[in-house]
Amino acid sequence: MAPATLAPAEVELEEPAGADVPEHDRPWIVIVWNDPINLMSYVTFVFQKLFGYSREKATTLMLQVHNEGKAVVSGGPREKAEHDVARLHAHGLWATMRQD
Amino acid sequence: MFGSGPIERTKTGDFRLRLSDAERALLRDLPQQLLAALAEAPGDPSLRRLRPSAYEDDAEAEDEYRLLTGDGLAESRREALRTVADTADRDRLTAEELDAWLRALTDLRLVLGTRLDVTEDTYAQEIDPRDPEAYELSVFAYLSWLQEAAVEAALQD
Repeated sequence: MAPATLAPAEVELEEPAGADVPEHDRPWIVIVWNDPINLMSYVTFVFQKLFGYSREKATTLMLQVHNEGKAVVSGGPREKAEHDVARLHAHGLWATMRQD
Repeated sequence: MFGSGPIERTKTGDFRLRLSDAERALLRDLPQQLLAALAEAPGDPSLRRLRPSAYEDDAEAEDEYRLLTGDGLAESRREALRTVADTADRDRLTAEELDAWLRALTDLRLVLGTRLDVTEDTYAQEIDPRDPEAYELSVFAYLSWLQEAAVEAALQD
């Protein structure tokens, strides 16, 4: 996978003050969707393992997925979001990404 | 107190397996079945949950994502399944092997659960022995119980 080195700092410097953030610079969010198969304890464990979240934060996110159908679990530049989605997929979670 | 669960973390940081011969036979067999299905019928609908989309509304980005990650995800999946089949007769697992067990048990449950059309109500229902799917439902329930124990063990200090 491509490393996350594409943040174009120099491009941002060239922008006039107050300009809209260009589309490719808007951050991406990673969403995990509820599914009836993955165990609640396992989903919590995966959030702790992959993102280093505390037990409390991971449990809150898992409950949000369970009760509301989805939760935003991470985000950032596109490459980072894609990396996180791939790691979630490797652990069997139903994850997607989109630009915020 | 000394526990008596199927998977427990030891003081040295590895994991003790307490499984019956029948359980071990099942855990050798199921990963082989899924490996065969992945090789022979990769388009089977019961496998769809193993390959969710990253991009919902962007076919081009999705194709690129699959191109970049597809082979790696498939290989790590096969490796985890082989690890379970190869270590099912052991009394101890390393932390790395337990991690493979967690991922492989997830994949087995995702495929069996998709085949059985599992809902959140499935877990509360008793299995009717006359149900034509009674055997698969009981395997699914067993895998759920074992995975719960594996997660608990992984989180033990």
